[in-house]
Amino acid sequence: MNAADSQIDYGSANNEHSRDYLTIYIAEQIFGIPVLQVQDVLRSQKVTRIPLAPKEVAGSLNLRGRIVTAINVRSKLGLPISNDDSHDMSVVVEHDDELYSLVIDKVGDVLSLKQDAFEKTPATLNPLWRDISLGIHQMQSELLIIMDVPKLIDSVHV
Amino acid sequence: MDDLIAEFLTETSKNLTDLDADLVKLEQNPNDKDLLSQIFRIIHTIKGTCGFLGLPRLEGVAHKGEDVLGLFRDGVLEVTPEYVTIIFESLDRIKYILSELEETGSEPEGDDSELIAKLAAIYDSTKNNDSQIEGMISIDDLVAIGADLSEIDKALEHNAALEAAQAEGSAENNADTEELDTSDKNGDEELLPENVTELKQAAPPVKTPVKAPVSEQDAGPKKKSLGTQSLRVNVDVLENLMTMVSELVLTRNQLLQILRQQHETDFSVPLQRLNHVVSDLQEGVMKTRMQPIGNAWAKLPRIIRDLSMELNKKIDLKMIGEDTELDRQILELIKDPLTHMVRNSGDHGIETPEERLAAGKKETGTIKLEAFHEGGHIIIQITDDGKGLAVDKIRDKVLSSGLATEEELSDMSDQQIQKFIFNAGLSTAEKVTSVSGRGVGMDVVKTNIEKIGGSIDLISTEGKGSTFTIKIPLTLAIVSAMIVESSGEKFAIPQLAVRELVMTSIDGENRIETIKGTPVFRLRDKLLPLVSLEEVLKIGDSMPPIAPKAVPQINDNDAPDETEKSAKEKEKEAAKTENPNAKYLSKYIVVTQVGAYDFGIIVDRVFDTEEIVVKPVARILKDIEMFSGNTILGDGKVIMILDPNGIAKSTGNMDTATSSEQDTDEIYSDVASNKAALLLFRAGNKSPKAVPLEVVSRLEEIKLQDIESANNRMVVQYRGKLMPLVPFSASQAIPEEGSVPVLVFADKDQSMGIIVDEIIDITEQRIDVQVAAQEDGIIGSAIIDGKATDVVDVGHYLNSVNTDWFKDHDDSPFKSGGEADEAGKRILLVEDSPFFRNMLTPLLQVAGYEVTTANNAIDALKLCEQGRIFDVIVSDIEMPEMDGFEFAQKIKADSNWQNIPMLALSSHATPQDMDRGREVGFTNYVPKFDRDNLLNALSETLSKNVG
Repeated sequence: MNAADSQIDYGSANNEHSRDYLTIYIAEQIFGIPVLQVQDVLRSQKVTRIPLAPKEVAGSLNLRGRIVTAINVRSKLGLPISNDDSHDMSVVVEHDDELYSLVIDKVGDVLSLKQDAFEKTPATLNPLWRDISLGIHQMQSELLIIMDVPKLIDSVHV
Repeated sequence: MDDLIAEFLTETSKNLTDLDADLVKLEQNPNDKDLLSQIFRIIHTIKGTCGFLGLPRLEGVAHKGEDVLGLFRDGVLEVTPEYVTIIFESLDRIKYILSELEETGSEPEGDDSELIAKLAAIYDSTKNNDSQIEGMISIDDLVAIGADLSEIDKALEHNAALEAAQAEGSAENNADTEELDTSDKNGDEELLPENVTELKQAAPPVKTPVKAPVSEQDAGPKKKSLGTQSLRVNVDVLENLMTMVSELVLTRNQLLQILRQQHETDFSVPLQRLNHVVSDLQEGVMKTRMQPIGNAWAKLPRIIRDLSMELNKKIDLKMIGEDTELDRQILELIKDPLTHMVRNSGDHGIETPEERLAAGKKETGTIKLEAFHEGGHIIIQITDDGKGLAVDKIRDKVLSSGLATEEELSDMSDQQIQKFIFNAGLSTAEKVTSVSGRGVGMDVVKTNIEKIGGSIDLISTEGKGSTFTIKIPLTLAIVSAMIVESSGEKFAIPQLAVRELVMTSIDGENRIETIKGTPVFRLRDKLLPLVSLEEVLKIGDSMPPIAPKAVPQINDNDAPDETEKSAKEKEKEAAKTENPNAKYLSKYIVVTQVGAYDFGIIVDRVFDTEEIVVKPVARILKDIEMFSGNTILGDGKVIMILDPNGIAKSTGNMDTATSSEQDTDEIYSDVASNKAALLLFRAGNKSPKAVPLEVVSRLEEIKLQDIESANNRMVVQYRGKLMPLVPFSASQAIPEEGSVPVLVFADKDQSMGIIVDEIIDITEQRIDVQVAAQEDGIIGSAIIDGKATDVVDVGHYLNSVNTDWFKDHDDSPFKSGGEADEAGKRILLVEDSPFFRNMLTPLLQVAGYEVTTANNAIDALKLCEQGRIFDVIVSDIEMPEMDGFEFAQKIKADSNWQNIPMLALSSHATPQDMDRGREVGFTNYVPKFDRDNLLNALSETLSKNVG
């Protein structure tokens, strides 16, 4: 297991009033992914480029004998991709029996978020962002976007 | 669903498949008692089980069917097609009910009374003729009055069990049919006392006819004992096992990769062992997935039978190689295409008996289905002796559907045109039958076969029949692939698609040329379209600047005189970039075959081959046609697997139907032995020369100091004789010292040598002499290995030496009996090999004959019908379709050529051949290369004939 895994609290994922989310950072913005969807957290990996693939697809990599398709979330969100990807991290998720690794800037903590602090995604949000957002969670210091992972993956097309 | 019902369904569907095949056999073989008993047993089992499970509809039909089958078995009723059709109808009904049962879990609503009535009618029809089984009718009546059959049967079974217990130890333990027949009566007795008397009377006579077949039934269990050797395993379990093995193979590959990097390690021995074990395991698991192809064929006899009934044709289906095994996944995938094609052969191919008789064929048409292994592939051939594909009709259809223009068609061979049937929307059937002619079909078949990495080809002769050849890989799960690199990225290409590899160079023979920017390559005598992997995958752009320029760079060197200039350019380029020529010097062309279409993929590097496990690509990448999957290499890297079909498609206009015909021509010419082995050499000027290898007896290096002069000619002492030497051309510079290569020709006991500059190669090709040469000693020019090559007329050289030199010896030259006699004599030369046609025609013309050629015996006969007259016919013996003997027989038997003398030509004449030749009417027999003899024989024959 990766060193980053130690940050994940594998505790109960679904209390009565709160859910656990793995927080990630993309361009200073904090996002949350339901912790049960997360399979793995990886440091920057060498990927095989896939010609003709959608621009969001960074490539594919071998994770313990399984082929994982890497998706660059920055690109999906319409953000510039940094040339230096050595500090990138990825979160591996499973969707429809296939593994995808979401390439992001940084992985944060696992937070237990109370259900009552949820808000709908504001309609005025950039459509690229709105599409992959399940809702906004108001934390004390910042706003956390809950990421709709299946939708994010499905929205990647050739 | 009820477990019992599920089990019953599995069991029954297997039985029914067998039954279909058995019944067709029975129809052909009505007296096969074993077969009858077997069929009866199956139906009986179905009937018994469904009664037990409470499936009244099924049971009703099965019961009636069994009754009729019982009559067959007892020999009361003759097995006729009509009856068998009704039995089939019952089977279909049973199948229908079963399929509904499988879906819904219960029998569908419906009424079988009509079918039951039909069966009953057959059954009843016998009672009037045979009073012996009159007693049985009462059972029948019982059904009619609606007695509860399942109850009767339960009672019957019960009785049967009792009887079996009584008969314990007796030899009849297998005779369940007899027991049941007996117990039928008993059962009825108990349940329906009213009929007891009648039945009792009936019982003894019924029993007697039953006895005989039962005793023969004892042969049955032998086959069955095989069943205990196998067990039923759920397909999922096997699939799972296969996946695990695939993973294991990958891990093994990784370990081996690590091992290769480390020299001395304790792991090497156990790893080698692991390697072997994994290989064996892989093979073993693969075997579990293997199924005989016969499984996919099981339905075909029935289909053909129904087809022949429907269309009033007589068709015989022969199946060879049913045991050939292939992966069940592939088996599933080819089942439908195969069925479709066999049906097509029956419907389109085989004619009606009348048509067949009129065409001089046997009344019964034959469809032959054959499967065999060939080099990692399974070959399936479907051959029919029907009417073949009508080229004209296809041509019209192609024109009217706008698939090709008249111009394009005029350049195509018949074979090429016939291949249009693989295009969508082209059906040659004049009328649409229920079976075919709807214009969907062969294109779907082709697509399906290509999908699994196979290919399909056809050979068809109008009036004679067609042969479809399907080539499919043994398995799809683990394939061997070649790893290539382009723009620094590695890709895998399935080895099956790769025909050959060519390494290109900047100039010289192996360079890539361009036509308006499109790269092409001359591969032997044909142009190979090329695609650059870099370009189709659009991976060049982000690469360092030199890479995208690589292809155009090479292409600049089209014309030879530009070589120097471009070499300079190259240097400039080299100066500009740090990594110069090496990059384009080592370009490779992967010659790939998709169906019958060849094209080349330009790649930068080629690595080794590796066994890879094909894993499907992620769903979001499914739409990229260029890849068929991905895999993990031994070094742990993920690599994309290229899909040759996708690449071919992406390059546009790559219509396989109009594709490289030469390729298939090559196949045919192999058969027709049109190919000639040629010796290529250089002499005089730079252009290569070719001479048929067969006429060259030896190649020698002769030292110049050994060459002597005699009679103003160069001679050399060779094998105890003086051999004259001539330089190939007068302009040829012969070196002062050293040695020269010499082609030695031996003719009878004479020999001579031709001095050449350099011997290049020996190649086997079909040659097509295009330009008739003006020059002496040259037959013409042909493209050989991509170059214009002069084809040498050996005769000329032999001649020049013969007349001038051998005249002094007493060996008589072919100076024949007066050229005047020969002038204007008409010769028909029948010869299938274009090479010899080209070789002999000028020879004969030079000797003063007027030569007409025919490519084969059939064409020659056409000339005969046209009323052409010749003075002499010279015919080859070994020819496709109609050989020389048959040709001669036809002519001598009845034609206006009856009195024309015939000479036989053959490359290997045995005394028997000669005798046979004389028998069928050849005047003389001449070996093909014996030019003198031929001319002598000709003049002799002609003078005789005149005399």
